[in-house]
Formats: sequence, C-alpha cells, structure tokens
Amino acid sequence: MKTIFERTPTLKDCPTHYCPGCGHGIAHRLIAETIDELGIRGRTIGIAPVGCAVLAYNYLDVDMVEVAHGRAPAVATGMKRANPDKIIFSYQGDGDLAAIGTGEIIHAAHRGEQITVIFINNAVFGMTGGQMAPTTVLGQVTATTQQGREAANEGYPLQVSELLELLPGAIYVERCALSGPAQIRKAKKAVKHAFQLQLDAAQGLSLVELLSPCPTYWRMTPVKAMEWIEKEMTKAFPLGRLKG
Amino acid sequence: MNERILMCGNEALAEAAIIAGCDAYFGYPITPQNEITAYMSKRMPEEDRVFVQSESELAAINMVFGASATGKRTMTTSSSPGISLMQEGISYLAGAELPAVIVNVMRGGPGLGNIAPSQGDYFQATRGGGHGDYRTIVLGPSTVQELVDCMPLAFDLADQYQIPVVVLADGILGQMMEPIVLDKKPRRELPPKDWALTGAKDREQNIVRSLWLPEGALEEHNYKLQAKYEQIQKDEVLCEQYALDDAEIVVVAYGVAARIVRSAVNQARKEGIKAGWIRPITLWPFPTEQIAKAADELSIFLVVEMSMGQMVEDVKLAVAGKTPVLFYGRPGGGVPTVSQVLERIKQLTIPPKKQ
Repeated sequence: MKTIFERTPTLKDCPTHYCPGCGHGIAHRLIAETIDELGIRGRTIGIAPVGCAVLAYNYLDVDMVEVAHGRAPAVATGMKRANPDKIIFSYQGDGDLAAIGTGEIIHAAHRGEQITVIFINNAVFGMTGGQMAPTTVLGQVTATTQQGREAANEGYPLQVSELLELLPGAIYVERCALSGPAQIRKAKKAVKHAFQLQLDAAQGLSLVELLSPCPTYWRMTPVKAMEWIEKEMTKAFPLGRLKG
Repeated sequence: MNERILMCGNEALAEAAIIAGCDAYFGYPITPQNEITAYMSKRMPEEDRVFVQSESELAAINMVFGASATGKRTMTTSSSPGISLMQEGISYLAGAELPAVIVNVMRGGPGLGNIAPSQGDYFQATRGGGHGDYRTIVLGPSTVQELVDCMPLAFDLADQYQIPVVVLADGILGQMMEPIVLDKKPRRELPPKDWALTGAKDREQNIVRSLWLPEGALEEHNYKLQAKYEQIQKDEVLCEQYALDDAEIVVVAYGVAARIVRSAVNQARKEGIKAGWIRPITLWPFPTEQIAKAADELSIFLVVEMSMGQMVEDVKLAVAGKTPVLFYGRPGGGVPTVSQVLERIKQLTIPPKKQ
C-alpha cells in the first residue's frame, strides 16, 4: 500500500476545539506543512493571539507563546531583534490585528521587522460571541450589528493589507482565501513564501491575509460559509498579491 | 577599574544595566527619564545589543515580553503615565512568569500631572498594578550609587524568581548627578532558563502562557505564584535602620524622601530629640517584620513621603495598632524640606513609655 497523504509532523495528532467548518484548522495545517517542508521546526517560534486561536500551541508543535490582545507584532519585534537567527511568526485574527492591535502591526511593518504575520480575517469576533470586527462587511449581521453593519454608523470594512501595502517596511503582502481546494493551494504557496522570505533574511515584514470561514457566527452551514467568502467577502477584500 | 565617576541617575542606571548583562532595551520617550533612552540608543549598539524605540509604552513592554520569553535579559524604562500603560504587559509577565526589569522614574500625577519628582506610584508598584492576583519585586533606591547597585540585583532577582522587578526611582534621582562606582562583580548563581523559547530543536516544544482554562488550573497556578511570593518575602527584604537603640520616634521613608529624613533626624538628635529612622529598600517585599519589631519598643512612628500617604498604609499594617503612626507628605511634585520634616518631628507628642 502506498501512502499518498499524511498528517505533517508539526501538526499534532489531537482532537480539535474549533467549531465544525472553521478555517483555523486549515490555516494551522498550512503553517505546519510549511515549517516541515522548510525544515525549520528547531528554530521557529510562534505567537498565538487572543481569540479562538489562543490555543494554537495545542496544535502546532513548535515553541510558542500566547500574548496580550493585539500585541503580537510588538512581542515578535522583541523576539526577532534579540534572536535574528530564529524564524518568528505571529498568528492573529481580525479583532486582534485590525482592531486593538492596529498600532502594533502598522509600526512593526513601518520598522520593517523581519517577521511573518498570518492574518486570519473571518469578518467577526469569534471567541467572544460573534461581535462586529473592523473587517465585518457592510450589511453583515453580527451580535453588535443586529440590523447589519451600516457605513454611516460603524464605518467601512478595514482593509489592513491595503494599508500595509503602502509601507516600505512591508515587503510582501498577499490576500488568499480558505474557501476551497484551489484557493487553499494558493494560500499554502503564499504562507510558504512568507516564511521563505524570513529564512532568506529579506529586509522587511511579510503578511498573508487569509479569508477564513466562521460558520457559527455567520450562522451558515460550512458549505454556505465557503460560498459566502467567494461571493461576498471577496468584494470587500479582493484576493491577490498586493505587494512583493 | 572601579573608579569613581560622576553621572546622572538616568545614565548611570542605563550603564549599570549594560554591565548587568541587559541584552535588549525597549523604550518610548517620556520626561523625566529621557536620558536613559538616549543613552541606550548609543550604548546598546556599541555593545552589539538590541535597542528599539517603540511606538508606545504598550509596545515597549510587549517587546520586553518577547525578548524575555526567548530567555534574554531585557528591560524598559518610563515615567508614571507610561508605566500606567505598561500595566497590561506587566500582568502578562507576572502570569507567564517571565523575568523583566522595569524602571519607573516617577513624576507627579494623577493624569498627565507634571514632570516634577514624586512618589505617587507606590500603590501601583507594590500592589501589582495590573489585573489579577500578583506581585512584582519593587526596589526603592535613595542615591545614584544605590540606583546603580539596584540594577544587577534587579536582573538577578528577575531571573532567579522569574518575576518582573520594578526599580522605583523619581525625577530627582534620575536627573541628579552623583559620584558612583560601577560594580562589575559577578552576582548570584541563577537557575538555567530551560523554559525559554529558543526553537524546539531536539526537544519537546516549550510554551509560555498565562491562560489556564481547565477548571482549577488557574487556581493552582495562583497558588504556585503565591508560594514564590512567600519565598521572596522570607528571603529578599532589604532595609536600613539608624539610631533606633534609644529612639522614641522612628521616621520611615524611602527613596529621595529618606535623604531628607536623614538630615532632619540628625538635626533632631543635635537638638536632643531621640529620633531614628527605618528606610525600606525593598518596597515589596516590605520590611514588615523589622517595623513590627521596632513598634514593640518605640513610641511613635512618622512616615514621610512625596505623596499624600501610600507607604504609610504598609507601615500601619506592620505596626498593627501597637503605637501611633502619623504622616507628613507633599504631593504633585512637592518635595518636603528638612525644616518641614524637623518641624513635624518636633510637633509629635511622645506617648507614655511602654511597660
């Protein structure tokens, strides 16, 4: 018998705490595969956010830390500056990176920190119960926009990748989606490229934004959530390589 | 080697931190401690070490968190309003049991306050300051030399107990120039940092965390922290005592206020008043036992602070009602003078001798 697919070693063999149809499991796998393919487990340090992925270290078998809400890029700065030979990545949701941590990600990119950021955009605060995030799209119903998000009251979806693209210190910015096999393969390529840049000591920050399904708080079936990413979410967040 | 040099407190503590092996410094400008950040921006690269000017105090303390999690000796410095912003990070450092040194060159508050020296952050420093059930070690030096001597001690205590250590100075100490000797002696033997995040090469993953979700796990973690705090209370109290043998009055003060008290007590002695003093050097752990013992023998306590009375509460807790504890202080950048303290000493009515 021939093995054609198996769990990559850096992804732990354990039950998941994520909801059915959640995108975090896919994103974790892409990171774990990247670490194994590049052979960097022994020099990689990961930073988990506050949010559903706070327990990322339960799935990713690398040295990891969990940090205050939004502060991962500052923590990553401290780690990388003090350990230039290590590969430092942060894993942050949209509440973490685009709301409370906006200052930290902008300035880490502005300084050109040589870190890799995996930014999970699921258009909602997941762990706290599905409240509006800065990335919530117009008209989207959440726990705190019960009639749907209105630009006049809540503003427009925040396009962090487009903001970072403007900064010279951000050398690679790409937005992908976890909405189907073809998109996931593209996402894998982007994640691997972002890590490879750090491995090559490229002078700046690399960020991959992943549009990721949250069927629970979108109140959809997992299949519908995948369709919603492609039909609705990509209108506010167009896919593609923005820079680098 | 070990020659006497003249330095201001801010630059002296920075050089002492470098000698103590600080690998990485992160800071954000705020008066009256800007000399530290400027000094570090020049000296740390000269030593091939890390200096980053952060975008905020929130970022600075989290950069410290990151460097510390990888096992490096790291510090940040700020002044009162900036230290308030760092409280989130300090709570996380305490929860994750990460060593770090945080220098607070205190200024007047509350709010933006002013840039004059103050001791208004005693509560914040000694009660933890951020959310949760934790302590930080707090050192309260009173001269530039003692400030310099505090730095290697702060790094050693931080590493030994995996705890944030606050050096509580003030605007006078930071700005004042005094002759100092920079000590290059090796210090404590310290445990290996086998918990550090260095990349899981040929070993299982290390995790640095402050989240404990399963039922009872956080309670257990808190008991573990508490046992550590008890050990620190037992082993690490530092305080100075003067002329207590025949004293009827004991004046308690720390930091720069203690220098004013020293002059006032010496003058009182010349005038025939039997006064002595106790100067806590560690503000947490507090010299509770030393003060309690003095309260068994002495008649009356006067606490002098550059605030409206914060440490006085710890003195009252230690004295436990055995004798009167009175207070004199000036807030908002006011500095008590020797004559004001002497006047207050003279106003004290000595209660009848104890049996």
